[in-house]
Amino acid sequence: MGILEIKNVNKRFGGLQALGNVNLSVAENTVHAIIGPNGAGKSTLLNCLVGKLIPDTGSVMFDGQSVLGRAPYEINQMGISRVFQTPEIFGDLTVMENMLIPCFAKRDGSFEMNALASMSKQRDIMEKAEQMLVDMNMADKRHMHAASMSRGDKRRLEIGMCLSQEPRLLLLDEPTAGMARADTNNTIDLLKQISAERDITIAIIEHDMHVVFSLAQRITVLAQGTPLVEDTPEKIKGHPKVREAYLGESA
Amino acid sequence: MDAIILQLLNGLDKGSAYALIALGLTLIFGTLGVVNFAHGAIFMIGAFCAVTLSKLFNLSHKSSEPSGTDFLGNPKYEDILYVKDWFGESFGAWMIDWSVPLAVIFAIPIMVGLGFLMERGLIKHFYKRPHADQILVTFGLAIVLQEIIKYFYGANPIPTTAPEAFRGSFDFGVLLGFDQNAIIYPYWRLVYFGFSALIIGAVFAFLQFTTFGMVVRAGMADRETVGLLGININRRFTIMFGIAAAVAGLAGVMYAPINSPNYHMGMDFLVLSFVVVVVGGMGSLPGAVLAGFLLGILESFASMNEVKNVLPGIDQIIIYLVAIIILLTRPRGLMGRRGVMEE
Amino acid sequence: MLGLTPKDTTLLIIVAILTLFAPFILNPFPTDSAMAQFNAGYPDLMQRFVIFGIFAIGFNILFGLTGYLSFGHAAFLGVGSYSAVWMMKLLTMNVIPAIVLSVIVAGLFSVVIGYISLRRSGIYFSILTLAFAQMSYNLAYSVLTPVTNGETGLQIALDDPRILDGANAPQYPNLFGTEMNDAVTMTLGPWAFTFSVGYYVCAIIMMLAFYLSIRIFRSPFGMMLRAVKSNQQRMNYTGLNTRPYTLAAFVISGMYAGLAGGLMASMDPLAGAERMQWTASGEVVLMTILGGAGTLIGPVVGAGFIKYFENIFSKINDSILHQWFSFMPEGLEDLLVFLVHPFIGKGWHLTLGLLFMLVVIFLPGGLVEGGQRLSKMFRRKAKTSDEKTDGKTSPAE
Repeated sequence: MGILEIKNVNKRFGGLQALGNVNLSVAENTVHAIIGPNGAGKSTLLNCLVGKLIPDTGSVMFDGQSVLGRAPYEINQMGISRVFQTPEIFGDLTVMENMLIPCFAKRDGSFEMNALASMSKQRDIMEKAEQMLVDMNMADKRHMHAASMSRGDKRRLEIGMCLSQEPRLLLLDEPTAGMARADTNNTIDLLKQISAERDITIAIIEHDMHVVFSLAQRITVLAQGTPLVEDTPEKIKGHPKVREAYLGESA
Repeated sequence: MDAIILQLLNGLDKGSAYALIALGLTLIFGTLGVVNFAHGAIFMIGAFCAVTLSKLFNLSHKSSEPSGTDFLGNPKYEDILYVKDWFGESFGAWMIDWSVPLAVIFAIPIMVGLGFLMERGLIKHFYKRPHADQILVTFGLAIVLQEIIKYFYGANPIPTTAPEAFRGSFDFGVLLGFDQNAIIYPYWRLVYFGFSALIIGAVFAFLQFTTFGMVVRAGMADRETVGLLGININRRFTIMFGIAAAVAGLAGVMYAPINSPNYHMGMDFLVLSFVVVVVGGMGSLPGAVLAGFLLGILESFASMNEVKNVLPGIDQIIIYLVAIIILLTRPRGLMGRRGVMEE
Repeated sequence: MLGLTPKDTTLLIIVAILTLFAPFILNPFPTDSAMAQFNAGYPDLMQRFVIFGIFAIGFNILFGLTGYLSFGHAAFLGVGSYSAVWMMKLLTMNVIPAIVLSVIVAGLFSVVIGYISLRRSGIYFSILTLAFAQMSYNLAYSVLTPVTNGETGLQIALDDPRILDGANAPQYPNLFGTEMNDAVTMTLGPWAFTFSVGYYVCAIIMMLAFYLSIRIFRSPFGMMLRAVKSNQQRMNYTGLNTRPYTLAAFVISGMYAGLAGGLMASMDPLAGAERMQWTASGEVVLMTILGGAGTLIGPVVGAGFIKYFENIFSKINDSILHQWFSFMPEGLEDLLVFLVHPFIGKGWHLTLGLLFMLVVIFLPGGLVEGGQRLSKMFRRKAKTSDEKTDGKTSPAE
């Protein structure tokens, strides 16, 4: 029984079958990659997990509880954090404030009217955010405007923000899309380190095979909205069906 | 039955004005992506074009020869109108009588020019700024425009008359087989309705059947792609701004005899027109027209005594109430497209 | 001090000193001098400064922090005024219950209007608030006449019940017997300074309102509101529900507006529907933007600025202009008077509109940003003249 169980999920947009009978199980404390050509339904599947879309049929269980019909913030409070394709951070706020917000969300829940509380009295939160900045290697940037950072730094910050919520499942949507090679390698190292050091499950949607094969312990190949194969990276590499569907080679 | 028909007719002229203003608003929004709070001021300036022309026609000078003596024995001079001097007695009189329809001809270049000036001089610099900034700067512009008008024309409404021929009322009742005087409707309002229908038709035909219009419609649907085709969409959009200004301006010119123009009539109509645009769906032209007439008619039905007795005050709030309900149940408005300002 | 950082405490103290000594500061010119018309130190105007200051401070909590632009806040001010006058008609002329009730009623109204309007954002939110405000305004003028007294406006009368007031109780708004329009005039040589009870009541309440707004700005809650403005998507995916945050901000700002309305009625016990018109909502938007939305002191500066110049500009007329320009040759003098004429007196709104456009175009951060830019420029000059280029810049707050 995996931490995330997707059963018989179907999703239709008008005449297009975006997802057809998706069954997927992500085991706890692994790195699971979902790959597939463009239009295979990877993003649709991801959006069904975080509450942005509701599948037509099927069930999505996280840790034994259904996520369907819940708002994104409720699903997040259950322990699922999401990293976006283009970093979604609070651009108008400082790096430190960016890190503080998820810490508050973790401690106080989805809404807290602490309008008269003083920031300096929130020692536990301040320390936690500070520690996370150090972990992410960006403590020197704490007073910077988040919007003025480089793409790689924004990605680091976003991952740090997700981690500071101590999620049990971290969803990454093409985390290295549009990144330079050096930034990509940094991100891979960061994710490897996270997966090794923390009690966390990572599900990653990725285009870049280099990233997938350096990180994943298990890979699901999605084609035309349906899982084609699921196996270890070594087996996937040699699988004829995958080469045909995904790598575009004839078997 | 006759009362219902009367209210239907009463709703038409207000609805026409709403539809014309809303058409321009939604055109600007759809093409340029700008929320223009100064659009009501353009309507108001149009009405003052009519006022100005009728004032110009009524300019006069004293006759050189006294035409007699007043009761104190002083020589009496007659006021002679310049237009009568220049165009002859009867044609001059006709011009004065027909000053409002004639103002339409003068208003077109003025309004288009004003539109160009606004777009090139101000709005252009706000395409990339947030909607709140656009609202604020055009709100400031609206204040400036109406204060300028107030400076020159004063704060009081200025009565402007329709041509003699249209001053009476038409007895619809007889035509439809009701009693006499059951449905009385002023001719000018009929003219106004016909005029708006003409303009609305012209705008739609222009967008539908000309290449220019086709490009603009494509630009409204997907600006970036059209830009990629190497078409200078911005210049066309500037022209659209001019057209939108002309439509609102003409709506104002012809509205002058219905409601004496004053400097804040633009603001009064603006709020309602925005409601109309939102109800119709941001960026939807047919939506704006439909919602304009719908709300105009609803408003006149709500002011029937039978309705007011059941729901006191409903005539004052019906439009806003409808807007709130529509916005909450159909965020895209009646005919709004997907993805236009849904957030 | 008081749970504030030293910097905020300094700001609060400066504002406190300025408000307390406003009767002196705003009256720099001797009473008989030609410049006396620029004095603003009389109770009526000073009260307007602080009351509109409160209104703008509250509006800024919504607009400045969350970015939600409401065009309907005047409705809450109007509702506050009506409640306060009713309290003074029915219960007592003491202003405390009147002000408390106005805040509560405005709060209730803003819960309802906010709950509905906040289901949409952006321009749709603005239009919804506008629609609600126009609805309240139209109703106040028509069917609600028994409550609002329609066009005449709601006033107090001698035969009002006022069940808590005894036979000898004051007939004017008062604070435990001290009437709001009591004032002491102090004459110092050619100067005359007026200290009115009403002004100080308003000033103290504004200080409290300002202090509260600093606390909100600096609290985790305030940070969440700024996060709403910055990125709602990220907020949702960080486990935060944005709607209660925005609703809380909306209600707080609505209560501030109600407080301002209540104070307005306490200074001058009447309430009219024109206070609820959407142009009145536009005015508070102007104040906030002009001063600097999202800054602490901006709204107060904007409110003071607009109310001061409204007062001064409206009073200037052609003969005053002729006095000013009299040192010039005749023709030039007439030309200048002719050119300036449209902007003064009744033309004040033209000046305001132009000013507002200029600020939005060139100085989106308002006067506060302008001030910061100026001071930065001077500091940079001072630095270069010192020939000590210090690479470190102070961290952004």
